[in-house]
Amino acid sequence: MTENSFPMPDFSVADPSATSGIVMQSVCKTFQNKKILDELDFVIDRGETVVIVGRSGEGKSVLLKHIVKLLTPDSGKVWIDGQEMTSMGHGDLYELRKRFGMLFQGAALFDSMTISENVGLGLLEHFNMTDAEIRDRASECLAMVGLSGVENKLPSELSGGMKKRAGLARAIAMKPEYILYDEPTTGLDPITADAINDLILKLQNELNVTSIVVTHDMESAFKIGDRIAMLSGGKIIHSEKISTIRETSHPAVRQFINGSASGPLSVF
Amino acid sequence: MKSIAQNTGTKVLDSFVTVGTGWLLFIAILKQIPYSWKMRREILEQMHVVLIGSMPLVLTTSIFIGAVTAVQGVYQMEGYVPMKFLGSGVSRSIFIELGPVIVALVVGGRICASYAAELGTMKVTEQIDALEMLAIDPIRYLALPRFLATLLMLPVATVFADFFAVFSGFAVSVLTLDVTISTFNEGLFMLFKSSDLFSGLIKSVFFGGIIGMSGIFFGINTRGGAEGVGQATMMAVVGTCLSVLIADYFLATFLFQLVFG
Repeated sequence: MTENSFPMPDFSVADPSATSGIVMQSVCKTFQNKKILDELDFVIDRGETVVIVGRSGEGKSVLLKHIVKLLTPDSGKVWIDGQEMTSMGHGDLYELRKRFGMLFQGAALFDSMTISENVGLGLLEHFNMTDAEIRDRASECLAMVGLSGVENKLPSELSGGMKKRAGLARAIAMKPEYILYDEPTTGLDPITADAINDLILKLQNELNVTSIVVTHDMESAFKIGDRIAMLSGGKIIHSEKISTIRETSHPAVRQFINGSASGPLSVF
Repeated sequence: MKSIAQNTGTKVLDSFVTVGTGWLLFIAILKQIPYSWKMRREILEQMHVVLIGSMPLVLTTSIFIGAVTAVQGVYQMEGYVPMKFLGSGVSRSIFIELGPVIVALVVGGRICASYAAELGTMKVTEQIDALEMLAIDPIRYLALPRFLATLLMLPVATVFADFFAVFSGFAVSVLTLDVTISTFNEGLFMLFKSSDLFSGLIKSVFFGGIIGMSGIFFGINTRGGAEGVGQATMMAVVGTCLSVLIADYFLATFLFQLVFG
């Protein structure tokens, strides 16, 4: 069976405005005449950890950014817990974003601020907390990611893995309901990458958040995910529970899991 | 032939889009002005960067501009115009034109390059997206303090520059050009008009706005990586210098023909 003839997953939702979790319907995005997302449908339930895999340049990060409207779709809609995001005003959008945390690919720490200030910035802006309370909460979050003692350092003084952990501490500081991870283990050595995976699992268990992880690191995907969804050709072409996906008959997913150059996904 | 026409058309359209985007950014910044009190710490930080950080440059430039104005004044007036008009010529050319324009060019080059490089780097390293994810408006947090800082501090820098330039013109005239103190002072006070000083300061407010907008605009619209940041920085400096000189002509026409004329 070829990739094209394999049935596409069914993400139809009768009433997205009455559905909890994340619903994406017919989302399209084009950059410089290249269609990145093509009538993409996707559903993420509350409390689950979904790993989105796919080849480099397929639009995984673009998909992630559409969930929080860092990018606006050319057409299509995105619902978060029944609230339609794409037509949402500035104020409502920012209120909704307070429920999200995001770990960026390069951590995206603010260069001019100390690690403690980075972690506490959201609290300083949105919560009526004293400076001491903010510092304490920042230290608490840094301790959760195993980074005690770096509060007064600048991002430039940290290693790549430490920056990712500091970025994660910032993502959880406002106690989000959803955490988005953009390539959390890319560019890290295997030991640090595994430590980040353990950290993600720990946060899921302790904070009970909904997590959406974008990666092409299959080892990481199998360790932290409840479900794996594969993005190819601008669509989610397959979605399956971790427990069964290793034995999947979907040719493209099998090729990706096995890391094989030959198969329905062409390299060049 | 067709491709030349197409390219020209595309460039013209792109320039309209750029101007339109710039105006939208300007309006977005103006909408954030009511939040200035909340952002006072960031605004004061940026004011410090603009004024205190630029002061050595402003002082050095203004001292030499004042000195060269005196030297050129004596050269052009000698034998034709009484030297009692030297003080007036030096001070008026500095207050009306040289002070605001030279300060705008040197401070503008320094500040808008710094804004464009800083904001551009933040853009390409996703720090601006990170602000958005913390539900913090980048226009309020990054653009407003920078815009207000240049708008408010450029006139202050111009006042310092005017004072030091006139003083250095006076010192050079008296010490090296055989002009007496009383001759220079006679001209300085005889034809002094407060409108000369105010017109220069009004111009510097506009120049401050141009410098801030240019650095912010090119910074937050940076694309690509390090090359994009370099490109944005270059565009910001070139854009500022050209805009200041063009605006200077229109402001001079407006102020001296319509307002003070």
